[in-house]
Amino acid sequence: MNPIPAVQVSSEKDIAGVEVKPEVKVEIQNLSFFYGRNQVLRNVSLDVPAYQVTAMIGPSGCGKTTLLRCLNRMHDLYPGNRYEGSVRLYPGGTDILGPGMDPIRVRMRFGMVFQKPNPFPKSIYENVAYGLRLQGMNKRRDLDERVEKALRESALWDEVKSRLHQLAHNLSGGQQQRLCIARAIATDPDVVLFDEPTSALDPIATSKIEELIVEMKKRVTVIIVTHNLQQAGRISDRTAFMYLGELIEFGETNRMFTNPAKPQTEDYISGRFG
Amino acid sequence: MLSVGDFIVLASQNLRKQEARASRRRSIDRWFGRIGLLFTIGTLGVLAILLLNLAASGLTRIDWQFLLSFPSRRAAEAGILSAWVGTILLMIVTASVAVPLGVAAGIYLEEYAAKNKWTDFIEINIANLAGVPSILYGLMALGLFVYQFRFGQSVLAGGLALACLVLPIVIVATREALRTIPAAIREAAFALGATRWQAVWHHLLPYSTGGIATGVILAMSRAIGESAPLITIGALTFIAFLPPAPILSHAPFLSFDWLFSPFTALPIQMFNWVSRPGEEFQSNAAAAGLFLMLITLGMNGVAILLRRHAQRNIKW
Repeated sequence: MNPIPAVQVSSEKDIAGVEVKPEVKVEIQNLSFFYGRNQVLRNVSLDVPAYQVTAMIGPSGCGKTTLLRCLNRMHDLYPGNRYEGSVRLYPGGTDILGPGMDPIRVRMRFGMVFQKPNPFPKSIYENVAYGLRLQGMNKRRDLDERVEKALRESALWDEVKSRLHQLAHNLSGGQQQRLCIARAIATDPDVVLFDEPTSALDPIATSKIEELIVEMKKRVTVIIVTHNLQQAGRISDRTAFMYLGELIEFGETNRMFTNPAKPQTEDYISGRFG
Repeated sequence: MLSVGDFIVLASQNLRKQEARASRRRSIDRWFGRIGLLFTIGTLGVLAILLLNLAASGLTRIDWQFLLSFPSRRAAEAGILSAWVGTILLMIVTASVAVPLGVAAGIYLEEYAAKNKWTDFIEINIANLAGVPSILYGLMALGLFVYQFRFGQSVLAGGLALACLVLPIVIVATREALRTIPAAIREAAFALGATRWQAVWHHLLPYSTGGIATGVILAMSRAIGESAPLITIGALTFIAFLPPAPILSHAPFLSFDWLFSPFTALPIQMFNWVSRPGEEFQSNAAAAGLFLMLITLGMNGVAILLRRHAQRNIKW
C-alpha cells in the first residue's frame, strides 16, 4: 500500500519544497452545491486516494449523499441544481464539473451502487451486460467473458452461474445488491460510489458486501456513504466527517475514530449527537 | 363529594351510553353496506337487461349472411359487411396516428419536459381535451381534414377525427404507465451512462408496455363506438361496396387508395337501421349493436390479459 500521511496531503511538502502527492484519484476543490436557492454543500475540499476505501459519515442531511452524487453528476438529471468548484479525476486531472464535460462520459468512469438494490427487471446476465452494451460491446464472447469476470469479482458467480438467464428479481436482497455491484464494476470504472449500500440488508448480507468492498479496493477506488459508524470503522481507510454541508474533518480512519481532532467529530463518533 | 358508589354508577352509565352509541354506529355501517349492495345490483341489472334485450332481438340475426352482406332495402337480406370493414379500416388509421403521437407525447411530458408553468398549462389542457364532446372533434375534422386538407369524406378523415378524439387518452395512459416505474430504475440506467433516450428505449418503454397497451386498447374501444364525429364529417349510411383492397396482386402490391374511399362504420349502420320503421330493421340494428358490443368486450378482455402478462415478470 502507498504510505499516505494522515493529514490532508495535498498541502504537504518535502524538504526540497516539492509537493509529494500520494496517488490521488479524485481531487475535490472548493465544491459547493445548490439545490435551487438552498446551499447544500459549502466549500468542500477533499482528496480521495486511489485504491483505498474512503467513507463519508455524518448525521442525516449533512450532505454526504449529495456530495457522492456530485461525483457522477447525478444531480444533472433534475432541474434547479448548480455546482461550484471543481472535481478533478486523476490520472489526467480533467475537471468533471467543468464546462463542456458530458455527464454521460463522467458516469461511465464512476460506477454507482444505490441504497436499495435496484436491478433491472431483466435477466441476471442482461443486468451485468447493460453497461458494457452501452459502451458499444456487442460480441457475445466478449460479453460472456466480462459478465463472468464481474460476477466472480462480486462473489456471485457460483450462486448464479446455472441461472444467468433467469430474472434478477428472483434473487435475494443481498444477492440483488451484489448483482448491482457486478453491474457497476463490469465496465471497469475508475471509482465506485456506494450510497449506503447495506441499509436495506440483513447482517449476513451486509458482511458479505463489506468483504467485497475491502476486496475491491485492489482494483478500484471506493467511496462509500454510510450511516453506520462501525461499518466505516471496519472497511474504510479514510473517513470524512461532514456536518451541515461542510467537511469537518478528513483523515485516516483509525486516527479519526481513536483521536479525532475536532470536538464535533468526537461528539458524533462517541454518539453524543446524530 | 362523590362516594365510591357514585363513581361506579357514573362509570356504568357512561359505559351504557358508549354502548348505545356504538350500536348506532354499527347499524349505520350495516345499512350503508346494504344500500350500496342494492345500488350495485340495480346498476348491473340495468346493464344486464340492456344486453339481454339486445341479444334477444339481435342474436338470431347474426349469421354468416348478416356478416357478409351489404346493406339492403330488404331487411332480411341486409348485412354489415361494409360497416365492419369500414370500422376496421378506421381503427387502422386511428391507431397508426394516435399511438405513435400519443406515446411520444406522453414520453416527452413525463421524461423530458421540465416541470414549469408551461408544462402545467399543457397538462391541464390535455385533461380538458379528454372531456371535449366528440361532436366538436367532428366539426374540427370537417373543417380541417375534409375541406382544408381536401381529404374528402373519407376513411382517412374519419380515422384522423377519431385519432384526435382518443389522443389525450393515449397520452394520459402512457404517462401513468411510465410513472409506475420507480425513479431508482431510471437512476440505475443513467448511472451506467445511458442517455435519456437509451433509458426510455431500453428500460422505460419495455417495462411500461403492458400499461400503455392497455390504455391504447381502452382508447380504441372508445373510438370504435363513436358515431357523432363520423356523422359530422359525412360518413355515408348506405354503402354497398368495399373500399379498394390495400393489398394488390401486382406490383407495387400495396395500395393506399382505400384511405380516400367513402365509408360507413358499425355505429352509423346501426343508427341508420334504428331510425327506420319496421320490426325487422330494429332487429338488424340490435344485431349490429350486439356485434359491436362483442368486439368492445373482446378488446377489453385482451387489455386485461395484456396487463396481466406484462406485469408477470415485473415487480418493483
